Order: sequence, then C-alpha cells, then structure tokens
Amino acid sequence: MSALSVVFSATMAAQTLRMTIPYASAALGGVLSERSGVVNIALEGVLLSSALASVAVHHGTGSAVAGVLAGIAGGALVSAVHATLVVRGRIDAIVSGIAINLAAAGGTRFLLRALYGSSSNSPSVAGFRLLEGSHVLVRTIFDPFLILTALAVAGAAWMLRHTRFGLRLRACGEDPSAAQAVGVHVVGMRTAAVALGGAVCGLGGTALAYDLHQFQAGMSGGRGFIALAAVIVSGWRPLVAAAACLTFAGLDALQIVLQNQTTAPSELLAVLPFVATLVALVLVANRGDAAARPPEGLGKHPS
Amino acid sequence: MSATAQRRSAPAALAGLSAGWLAFCLLVWLYGASPSGMASLLFHGTWGTSYGIGQVLFKATPLLFTGVAVDLALRAGLFNIGAEGQLAVGSLAAAVVGSRLPQGTPAIVAAPIALAAAMAAGAAWAGVPAILKGRFGAHEVISTIMMNRIADAAVGFGLAAGLAETGVRTRDVVPGARVPRLDVLVPSFRGSAVSFALVAAIATAFLVVESYRRTRFGRELGLIGQNARAMQAEKVPVRRRIEQALVVSGAIAGAASLGTVLGYKGYFEEGLGAGAGFGGLAVALLGRGTAVGLVLAALLFGTLQQGGLALNAHVPKELMDVLSGVVICAVALGDAAQRRPAR
Repeated sequence: MSALSVVFSATMAAQTLRMTIPYASAALGGVLSERSGVVNIALEGVLLSSALASVAVHHGTGSAVAGVLAGIAGGALVSAVHATLVVRGRIDAIVSGIAINLAAAGGTRFLLRALYGSSSNSPSVAGFRLLEGSHVLVRTIFDPFLILTALAVAGAAWMLRHTRFGLRLRACGEDPSAAQAVGVHVVGMRTAAVALGGAVCGLGGTALAYDLHQFQAGMSGGRGFIALAAVIVSGWRPLVAAAACLTFAGLDALQIVLQNQTTAPSELLAVLPFVATLVALVLVANRGDAAARPPEGLGKHPS
Repeated sequence: MSATAQRRSAPAALAGLSAGWLAFCLLVWLYGASPSGMASLLFHGTWGTSYGIGQVLFKATPLLFTGVAVDLALRAGLFNIGAEGQLAVGSLAAAVVGSRLPQGTPAIVAAPIALAAAMAAGAAWAGVPAILKGRFGAHEVISTIMMNRIADAAVGFGLAAGLAETGVRTRDVVPGARVPRLDVLVPSFRGSAVSFALVAAIATAFLVVESYRRTRFGRELGLIGQNARAMQAEKVPVRRRIEQALVVSGAIAGAASLGTVLGYKGYFEEGLGAGAGFGGLAVALLGRGTAVGLVLAALLFGTLQQGGLALNAHVPKELMDVLSGVVICAVALGDAAQRRPAR
C-alpha cells in the first residue's frame, strides 16, 4: 500500500479521532481553567497522574468503569492542588505548574515502582472492549471516551455561554475585582473551574492509558503543552480548541504513518506536531480577531 | 503578581526545607522504608564522605549554570523552560567541535573554542523562542517547551546521521578541551567527577548577578520584569531586550556542558545532562536574584540528585523529583504570604 492511500484511509481517520481525545480533553480543561483566570500549564502533570490513577484502580478492582472514575477524580484532585496554590496561596501559576509537572513526572514513576515494582510500565489492563469485530471506524466513533469528550466540549461551550455558572466563571476571568464586588465568590469559582477542567483532562489521561492498555512512564509525551497551545490558538473557545486539537492529532497520526511508510528519518517526522505548534502560535499572534483575545483578568487576583 | 525581581526571604527558604523534610519522611514511610534509616543513608551518600561531597558538587555544577540561565530570563519576567533543550544542543556542539580540533591543541585555545560552540548552540536554540516572543508575542513558556522536544529529536537525528562516529556517542574531545577534575587540587575528591567547571559555574553566578546592578542591560532587564509598559514609555527597546535576555539565557544554559561534556565524560551521548535544564528551573525559583542563593539552591538540588542515587536501591530515586516540587511550592507559598499585607 502506498503512503498516500494509507493517509486517506478509514484507519487513518479513526486513528486521528482516537488521538484527538487526550488533546481535546486537556485543551478543554485548559479553556475552563483559563477562562476563570487561572493560567494552567499543569495539564501535562494532570494527564500523567490521571492515567496512572485510572490504570491502578482498573487493575486493582478489575472494573474499567471504576478506573475511568478514578482517572477523572485524580485529574480533579491534582488540578485542585494547582488551584489552591494559585488562587488561595497566590503563588505564580507558572511556578505552581512547573512544580506540579515535576512532582507528577517523578511521583508517577515512584508509584509505578511502589505498586508494580517496575520503573517503566504497569501491568496491562483490559480497558473497554466494545463492538469487537466491527469496522475500525465504527468502533472509534462509538468509543465511550470519544463520545464523552465530545459531550464535554459541547457541554462546556453551552455552559460558558448560557448558564449562571458560566457567566460567573467568565466574570472571574475577565475582571476578578469587579466580580468580587458584585458578590461572586472568586476563590471558590476559580477553584471549581480549575478542578472541573482537571476532571475533563483526567478523562483524557484515562483514554490515553486505556488506549495502550497500560500506564507507561512519561506517556503524556508533551500532549498537555500542545493542548495548552491549542487553547491559545483557539482564542480560549471550547469548540475552536477542539478543532485545533483535531488538527494536531491529524498531524500526529500523519507522522506515525510517514514513519512506517517512508524512509525519512523518524526523528524529523516525530517533531512535526511540535513544529506545527510553533507555527500555529506565530500565525495567530497577529490576527485582529476581537473574539480571540485572552481573558482580561488572566493571572490577576481580586484586589 | 509575579515578584520576579524580588529577593528570597529566609523564612520562606526555611518553610521550603521543612516541607521537603516532611514530604521525605512521609513518602519514605508510605513506601515501607524507615525514614531515619533512609535519612542517614542519604547523609552518608552525600555530605558524609569526601567522595559524596565531590559527587554533590559535580551534580550541582550544571544545575548552577542552568539556574543562572533561568534566573537571568526570570529577571525580565520570562520563563525559560527551554534550558533542557539548550543544554542538549550545547553539549552536542561542544563534543562535536571539541573532538574535531587538532589533537595537540593547547588547552588555552581548545577549551574556549569548545565552550564557545556550546554557548552559540544554546543561544541559537533560545533564539527561536526569542524571536517568536519579540516579533510575534508568542508565549515563551510554550515555545521553549516545544523547542525542548525538537532538541531531543534534533540531537537524536544528529547522532544517527553521523555525528556519533563511534556508534551511540561522539568521539572523545581532544585532551586540551577537557576541564580538569578538581581532585588535582583537593586529593580527597579522588574518584568523584567534580571538575573545575564548578569554579566556572560559581564565577558565572556572581558575574551575572553582579551585572543585574552594574550594567545598563542588567538594570533594564530588572525594570522590564517589574513593569514592561513603563519601560516602553521610557523608550527602552523592550522587545529587543526580551529577545536578548532569552538568547543570553540560552548561551549560559549551553555553557552547562562544561560540567557534563568537557568536565565529565569527554564525549556526548544521548541523555547526557538530561534533567539539568528542568533542575535549573527549581534552582532559579529558589535562589532567585542572589548569587549566594543560587549557589545554595544548586547545592540543595545537587544533594537531592546524588541522595536519590544513594537511596535508589531502597526507595525510588524519583522521590527526589516529588520533593523538588514540594520545596518549590512551599517556598513560593512562604514568599506569597510575606508579600501580602497583613490585614
């Protein structure tokens, strides 16, 4: 089969959709957090810790659903730590994010050795095995993680625009002092928004681990940071962010195909998503789109 | 919001150390080992023997370089998370250039040439985020992280494409380009890998921190970090300074290859010096703005790294990464609490 026919195959489409899940859920977590005014570079650490949490609970209980819930709870928990440090403790959000990513990278390896005596990967878990034997595209479209992520993206977009919670969340992100003055509990709202975002991101970490049927050390592989770039490229909008993630995932899937199908050096193809991220950041930097600006109160505390 | 130009306070540093100690005891206990036993093992593996001290100093050397690099960018309010990648390409450049010099090149020529290659490579790698930030306003946190990933791939590609002439690593650098071990001066360090690169790192720390006060460039960086808009109004070329800060930061991060390639292995292989860039972030966040603070922070994280190796047979060495995260947060919390006016 030629490289071109592989690129335009159903397998490739399915692959792209599957790879979008962790990117999109992490990006949605970033949108929720940053729209409330909290910079979140901890997404990478959240993906990693939720991936381990889901596999550990799945492996321990034998229930894939319990694993998903653990991944979501783990993501929310780690994000709540970030929120507490930044919103209550008022430390710089980048500093907190760096510390959490560092602790998550080390902590997951520590736990891997504590739980399974391995420094690289967990024992394998079953994950979900639905619709076995059906076409790969059908199996992907009815993948519970894809459906949940799509619902979360649509739900978050609606929530931000049409609900009281969403309005207050945005108010905290645009002008925390004004929000506080009219009686919004800024600290509580922001903590809730970041933790909610962490829960969504945790769904992505779980999907990542279930996809490989195990946890591997460092398996988030920079996806949290690319997702954050997608947040910026999207102008902090859930639907656009998901679309940006679809593009990044497509490039990721493409580089894997090209690695298998061509003789081009694999190292050069592997950087494709990262270079694309840089290019995307440059392309959006100078646009005059008024809807695509960062929240006004991003990183500011109420006075 | 960010107090990038502020000095670190003693109570905050103390809070960090206590929190780190508590986390150590808790995690070791949870793992099922004895905290007091591990603590004594940690001490004997680091400050308890002259070999251990030498190893701590060896681990602290690249950390101090990258710490100073991150601190300089932080001065201007920039987070250079790319020290990791800048050090990787710098180390490769030092090894490639250092090994291609004529065999008999005297040290006075060879070492500066290899160092210059490393610094140029680090500066070039930081140049991309610098331009993206200065010209396009792209956030340096994301672009430097992307450049780390690209550095990994570029280094791997470079080695695979022929720079690794002896299989997985580059050739040895010429003898003149090697930085001598410190045991020629202090015989009791024999066996440990600490080299004169440590002296260069400490000198760099004092030189850079001194330049914050004594040079126009340094003063402007500090003021940009405090209020970039005011500096713009004062006709300071803020964008240019930001670009320069990142490039200089990258050059200093590249110089850390003095401690990894030129002072230690004498060649480059994939993964050599890995982690020193991220460690430099911790060093800079802790020792921010003062040379003594940076040196002490580098010693602390050097101790944690070496101590992690000493414990690894009993407790996973990754414990130390968790501790680093805890210490960073606790110190930042202590700082924030002090900054906030008492109500």
